[in-house]
Amino acid sequence: MKIFSTDHKVIAKQYLSVGLFWAITGGLTAYMIRWQLAYPETEVPGWGFIAPDFYNMLVTMHGTIMVFFVAMPILLAAFGNFLIPLMIGAQDMAFPRLNMLSFWVFALASLVLLSSFFVPGGAASAGWTGYPPLSAKAAYTGVNWGLNLWLLALALEFASFLMGGVNFLTTAINLRAPGMTFFRLPLVVWMQLTAAVIFMLSVGPLIAGAVMLLMDRVVGTTFFLPEGGGQPLLWQHLFWFFGHPEVYVILLPGLGIVLEVVTVFSRKPVFAYRPIIYATIIAGFLSFIVWAHHQFISGIDPRLAMPFSITTIIISVPFAFVIFSMIATLWRASITFSAAMLFALGTLGVFIFGGLTGIFNGSAPVDIYIHDTYFVVAHFHYTLFSAVFFGGFAGLYFWFPKMFGRMMNEALGKIHFWLTFIFFNSVFIPMHLVGLRGMMRRIANPMQYEFLKPLEPLNQFITLSAILLLLSQFFFVINFFMSLARGKAAERNPWQANTLEWTTDSPPPHGNFAEVPSVYRGPYEYSSPESAEDWLPQNRPLTAPRAALR
Amino acid sequence: MTGAAVPPGKIGIWWFLASEIPVFGGLIASYIVVRLGSAGWGESSAHLNFTLALINTFLLLTSSMTVVMAHAASEESNYRSVANFLGLTILLGLGFLGVKAVEYTTEIAHGFTPASGIFWSFYFGMTGLHGLHVLAGIIVNVVLWIGALKGSLAQNSHRVELAGLYWHFVDIVWIFLFPLLYLA
Repeated sequence: MKIFSTDHKVIAKQYLSVGLFWAITGGLTAYMIRWQLAYPETEVPGWGFIAPDFYNMLVTMHGTIMVFFVAMPILLAAFGNFLIPLMIGAQDMAFPRLNMLSFWVFALASLVLLSSFFVPGGAASAGWTGYPPLSAKAAYTGVNWGLNLWLLALALEFASFLMGGVNFLTTAINLRAPGMTFFRLPLVVWMQLTAAVIFMLSVGPLIAGAVMLLMDRVVGTTFFLPEGGGQPLLWQHLFWFFGHPEVYVILLPGLGIVLEVVTVFSRKPVFAYRPIIYATIIAGFLSFIVWAHHQFISGIDPRLAMPFSITTIIISVPFAFVIFSMIATLWRASITFSAAMLFALGTLGVFIFGGLTGIFNGSAPVDIYIHDTYFVVAHFHYTLFSAVFFGGFAGLYFWFPKMFGRMMNEALGKIHFWLTFIFFNSVFIPMHLVGLRGMMRRIANPMQYEFLKPLEPLNQFITLSAILLLLSQFFFVINFFMSLARGKAAERNPWQANTLEWTTDSPPPHGNFAEVPSVYRGPYEYSSPESAEDWLPQNRPLTAPRAALR
Repeated sequence: MTGAAVPPGKIGIWWFLASEIPVFGGLIASYIVVRLGSAGWGESSAHLNFTLALINTFLLLTSSMTVVMAHAASEESNYRSVANFLGLTILLGLGFLGVKAVEYTTEIAHGFTPASGIFWSFYFGMTGLHGLHVLAGIIVNVVLWIGALKGSLAQNSHRVELAGLYWHFVDIVWIFLFPLLYLA
């Protein structure tokens, strides 16, 4: 395997590897954060004492790593790169060299972020949202180069994903196989494309914001510094104008994976194929007008807060529609509970819970009470952990045979699911309670407050569960590497699925298809009376092609 | 069915430009919102050199014309003419950057640096980011110009149009920056 490859499948695996590396790093920061919260001012086993400054760095880097260096590369870049050309019947991306450049710019961003841990003053510690004035002057956090490198890493990452977005969209517009109309595309492709559009149209203002913040820090401008006439609140708008659409950039590919997996293991056509696409596009539009719900306690005018509350609650409608469609697909289906399916159903359950608490946060009067507490932390872990980890694992268990040509161990996969599901909930359900009782986030030692002391046993329970949640992931790691080395060889179509990637070899050769497939129908014709089996691949003609007419 | 009528490069460049608009859009919107919320911007703006900026506007507008003429020449496969018009475009772009450099030098010599307050933050930030885009466009045009001189551009003649689309975008951004910074 060439390291500098232009093959979209190799690039997908490269993104996956880097994303998994960062997932381990992000998990370690979570472990240290949780230990500190349960047993403040004791030594973290395997690390040592955590000073408040260091704690600030941990929470900053945990958020940055998980959102930008785990969720984005795995859900968007790895799955998008792997699936889009294969599912539309293309030989590769529209711009293979741009695709390679996109990965290497991302690798450079990863190196810059990694190096920021080792510069004097340590890595960034102004929160993953980098609010000024805290982030605008080195003196405020004691971190100079760490934060500059953090901004540089983000800028490089955005450049990389912009290249990826151009590639995804051009590929899907231009390289679809004959017969692959837009309304025959698998839903995961639709969701990847919508995510790419949302990303490309929302990230610009934050790129401008990052340049402005870097200028404030390095050349002495005062965009975000009140003493020079600047506006700290401006950053919050620029950040969240991207930051909230970003949630859907991550969520949509996760939901797309779940829709594929749920349909294949239900052996039924997906419920409401076209309306799901319309709901996705509507959600994409709405995602641009909800951002200020992150700023309800930033001194926002109540007359402005209310419209943002309303749009935030409206955006749950298209997502509820997608979720109900999944449930309707499951209704009276003949379900196979494979490891991939368990993770897909896990995503469904966990995401519903996270979506419901989102309505609390979206309502300005409620949010004023729970803002910046662990209730909010629990809420967004329910939404993002479901999309990124449950959804990502569903995708990995499902497409691993196609990616690597070998089957994963189902038993280990199921153990992995149940442990992850149980410990995830035992971490984050109690976290809602802790938040409602007033424990705020980003405080190195909440136990210094008298009224929070009774929460210490609950925090210890959360931490214990979190450690078990992290340890449960070893079942995946072991399964991944063992299957890679000596898993059963995968046939072309182990799950008896319809989409085009299953009609070529596992793993597909460079160029993907021996001949360009012709597409005759949509991707979800399961249990069709037209076919002897209960599946009907998109490229199988029911009558002999009429060559004479061509 | 596959939509291959539009070449991939053109679709790609349009999506790229679509993602560039929010970058400058965010910056310009920030400028307008912050400016409306505080006083004293007009006095700072009065220190800018309007005449030089007007000359720069003419330089960029003319370069948009020459880049279109390069495209027209490439459609006729007249690469000598392509090289001439691209060369003119590059010269006009360099002229723009040269005038900008004179402006920056005089302003800084008079004590107006990026650290001189919020107007100057935006002025240097917006024109600086735009200047980097002009520089990038010049580099792209130089690469094409060398290709046109050597004759290797013939296989990739569509690139003249793609580079032209980007060049127009950079031009249009200036059409927004000029009145916002110099005239308001």
